[in-house]
Amino acid sequence: MTDLLLTGLLILIKLGMVLAVLLTMAAYLVLAERKILARMQRRYGPNRVGFGGMMQPLADLIKLLTKEDFLPAQADKWLFLLAPGLAAVTALLAFAVVPFGPPLELFGRQIPMVVCDLNVGILYFFGLSSLAVYGVALGGWASGSKYSLLGALRAMGQMLSYELAMGLSIIPVILMARSFSLTEIVEAQASLPFALTNPLAFGIFFIAALAESKRTPFDLPEAENELVAGFHTEYSGMRFGLFFVGEYINMVVLGAIVTSLFLGGWHGPLLPPIVWFFGKVLAVAFTFIWIRGTMPRLRYDQLMAFGWKALVPLALVNLLATGGILLWLGGAS
Amino acid sequence: MNLWRNIKGTFQPFWVTLRYLFKRPVTISYPEQKRTPPPRYRARMILTRDPEGEERCVACHLCSAACPVDCISMQAAERENGRRHAAWFRINFARCIYCGLCAEACPTLAIQMSPEYELSNRDPLKLVWEKEDLLVDHGGKDPDYNFYHHSGIGVVAPRGGNDDELPPVNIKTNLP
Repeated sequence: MTDLLLTGLLILIKLGMVLAVLLTMAAYLVLAERKILARMQRRYGPNRVGFGGMMQPLADLIKLLTKEDFLPAQADKWLFLLAPGLAAVTALLAFAVVPFGPPLELFGRQIPMVVCDLNVGILYFFGLSSLAVYGVALGGWASGSKYSLLGALRAMGQMLSYELAMGLSIIPVILMARSFSLTEIVEAQASLPFALTNPLAFGIFFIAALAESKRTPFDLPEAENELVAGFHTEYSGMRFGLFFVGEYINMVVLGAIVTSLFLGGWHGPLLPPIVWFFGKVLAVAFTFIWIRGTMPRLRYDQLMAFGWKALVPLALVNLLATGGILLWLGGAS
Repeated sequence: MNLWRNIKGTFQPFWVTLRYLFKRPVTISYPEQKRTPPPRYRARMILTRDPEGEERCVACHLCSAACPVDCISMQAAERENGRRHAAWFRINFARCIYCGLCAEACPTLAIQMSPEYELSNRDPLKLVWEKEDLLVDHGGKDPDYNFYHHSGIGVVAPRGGNDDELPPVNIKTNLP
């Protein structure tokens, strides 16, 4: 009984820590993105609030919280109010299966450094990433505005074109690790990360992750030059903030997933595992920002064509090749 | 090959943005750093004085007529010696678009544009400037010019008394 209580308490503590770290990271990722993008364009970026702009996320939060929460007359009220929460919550929940360190030995107990080590962790992540599109699609539809609707439509179309390639690019990883659990996938990369043994799958997954996070070059659902703000045109105040922070949490989570699936998770020489983990996540996030600073937005049909005509066939070929090589190496076990 | 060009075109920009990441920003952080505008910069106008220290403005209304946003107004008056001046001269800098047409229209070089650009204010009424605020005690870009020594017949100098003026012709002598 006390054992169960202790386990529950530990999970709660881990949840709280993960939530705090994730939200802080998302908030400061916004600042980091604005600063890095600014430096890439030879500007300074936000540098007025606090030392070097370090309090900017707080100022943004206060601004968003004190703005009016506007409800358009044409909106479908309940869906409109629910959608931002859906977008943020799915992003938060996905982090539950990501292992961020080796199991910790404390008072004779093994504490796994993951909120919940599901044996179908990858499927769970997939389910949530598909659900996240509902936040966008329902929010865009419920706004009762043409721009929002177009953004939502694009989000759906985009999801259809990247999700299959994303799934197909993970299967080689599962084949190599012989497990659906992210913890075991990380364990399987103790010697060599899968990004080196299977770079093609890594590339496909990375591109699909870019599309999943709805960032340049795949930020079609919110394309500001043609759709004002896409699916969140009608949102204001903290509801817009939830969409916004959801996007950045999603960026952290995708960084964590990429790290766990392909970059060897918390494995690394010399430094403590947690540092390696966060370093890799931040490196992936920096790459996302770097890509945003470099690439133009793709056209709608270009993304579809790229997804279906390039990524999916490549992923299929890669899957066949990986399976063949594994069979040849290990025999039919 | 086309595909090779596309791949190169996709990855080259990354190098460019990475290089720019480490360059110095070109931003001038305004309230701390200020740039000196060039001397002929067109910001707020000034009312200059002629070499004798008198106001150059003769209240001819040409500036307010030239002003596309109608931000200049004045009241003309005349001194006892016949010299015209503006009883009051008012410009609303909240409306001014700093086009410099007033300075171009000014026949006496009274209105000139100065490079002072920091005019912003929270209270729009403080942007209405009077003659006293605009008057300066120098001649601006052409300090030697004195309108009344070229024109303004018989006001400061007797007829024909100016340097570039011929004595008046006695029209009777031209009679046959």
